[in-house]
Amino acid sequence: MAPLIRIAGALNEARVSDETAYFQRRQVLQALGLLAAGSLLPAAAAQSGPGQALSARRDGNPGKLKLTEEAAVTSYNNFYEFGLDKADPAKNAGRLKTAPWSVVIEGEVNKPGRYDLEDLLKGVELEERIYRMRCVEAWSMVIPWIGFPLASLIKRFEPTSKAKYVAFQTLHDPQQMPGQKPGFLGFSSLDWPYVEGLRMDEAMHPLTLLAVGLYGKTLLPQNGAPLRLVVPWKYGFKGIKSIVRIRFQESQPATSWNRSAPGEYGFYANVNPAVDHPRWSQARERRIYSGSLFGGVERIETLPFNGYAEQVAGLYAGLDLRRNY
Amino acid sequence: MNRELWVRRGLKPLLFVALSVPALWLVYGIVMADLGADPQKYLVHQTGKWALNSLWLTLAVTPLRRWSGIAQLLLVRRMLGLFAFFYACLHVTAYVTLYMQLDWATLLEDLTKRPYIIVGFAAFLGLWPLALTSTRAQMRRLGRRWQQLHRLVYPVAILVAVHFVWQVKSDLNQPLFYALLLGFLLAVRVYWQWPVRQSPIGSSRQVPAAEK
Repeated sequence: MAPLIRIAGALNEARVSDETAYFQRRQVLQALGLLAAGSLLPAAAAQSGPGQALSARRDGNPGKLKLTEEAAVTSYNNFYEFGLDKADPAKNAGRLKTAPWSVVIEGEVNKPGRYDLEDLLKGVELEERIYRMRCVEAWSMVIPWIGFPLASLIKRFEPTSKAKYVAFQTLHDPQQMPGQKPGFLGFSSLDWPYVEGLRMDEAMHPLTLLAVGLYGKTLLPQNGAPLRLVVPWKYGFKGIKSIVRIRFQESQPATSWNRSAPGEYGFYANVNPAVDHPRWSQARERRIYSGSLFGGVERIETLPFNGYAEQVAGLYAGLDLRRNY
Repeated sequence: MNRELWVRRGLKPLLFVALSVPALWLVYGIVMADLGADPQKYLVHQTGKWALNSLWLTLAVTPLRRWSGIAQLLLVRRMLGLFAFFYACLHVTAYVTLYMQLDWATLLEDLTKRPYIIVGFAAFLGLWPLALTSTRAQMRRLGRRWQQLHRLVYPVAILVAVHFVWQVKSDLNQPLFYALLLGFLLAVRVYWQWPVRQSPIGSSRQVPAAEK
């Protein structure tokens, strides 16, 4: 991880040293004067629509991870609220109204209430985090998220000693999210709303991120705008999108995929090459870099805890990861 | 109206074009590099879907013949079956080369451990004897046994339906729709085969002869 000190100034030449098109694009935008002063504030994530430029402390990418192209990150999504096909969310998510947006904080906290996203982001220092994202379907990407540690938000609401777990909920509105309507034979793909959860120590871990953007801009609806969870050592489905409710509680919360197929998806969902999904192997993954038919994808070994074992394995000491998958 | 001419010169070329379009569309997508962020998986899914569609169409020929009274519909059946085989070959080739990138160790593991892969591969193997004996010469050579051999298409179709249902993560609408359709196509055959019933046209023994 990069040092947790914010570099003054939004953008300068030295920080635009990376070769990726992403930063070149920002440089061009800046040169053209298209990055309005107002959009450089973190609150821009709440005030303006999706795809607005965001300023954040950059991740130095010490692991030298090769990034997945932005076009792939924003066009290949599992977000069943907008359809089952990976291309559906990009097509159908446009009707999601992400502003105004509020989040209900409830349960075992001293400061419950309904908070406007703007207020949640007030004073928050955004940072870029380049993370591997490993889907339980055995494909993966590398994504430069922009967000802030979930821990910093949790502390502000002062959870009580009874708060052992954090439960999250996605917006439930079939008008905006057509995938929440039943299919033509009457089957729903999942029970709505989508719910997820973390143990308190997982939620407080410095790697756990609440993301508001990626690739230097606010999140597009298909990526979970305006606010989503990113837990890099867990399978992608733990990263709940378009969050409207955060609840602190004593008991382990229900999670959508576990409810749908308990034999296939557990509460923990830590990336684990040694424990196969009942229907496919998790030992390897297809790392998607771009939509190029030849060379866009690389087959690589999956790493324990998705490569973050050093930081997080300690959270699970003494836990049988074969049983608690 | 000459029905045979209508089927041979009209319906058959039409179906040929209709079932070629998906493959050409994929080739166009490859050339234009416009198959989405995961073109490998897309090609596997699309070729699989069209193998399935072609096979279901093949199985629909006999019921349609009987209900419409147009016995000459049989003239398109072999072509439909060969389209199913064609797309199944593309499906397996795309899976092995593009999706698994010739990772033989994992492929072998899949073939021994993953039920939906095993079932799908069994269906693929089952299509081979059908495709290889689809020529007129083979029909003549095998005579009555040709008919018996080609009943293999029923278990193959059931395996295909299971393969489809089994690999779905959560949404069963589509695979169950196909499974119901197959159930119907097979159920009408069971109904007809009931000992007391006599078929008006297309008693099964006439089938090879009509394919001339």
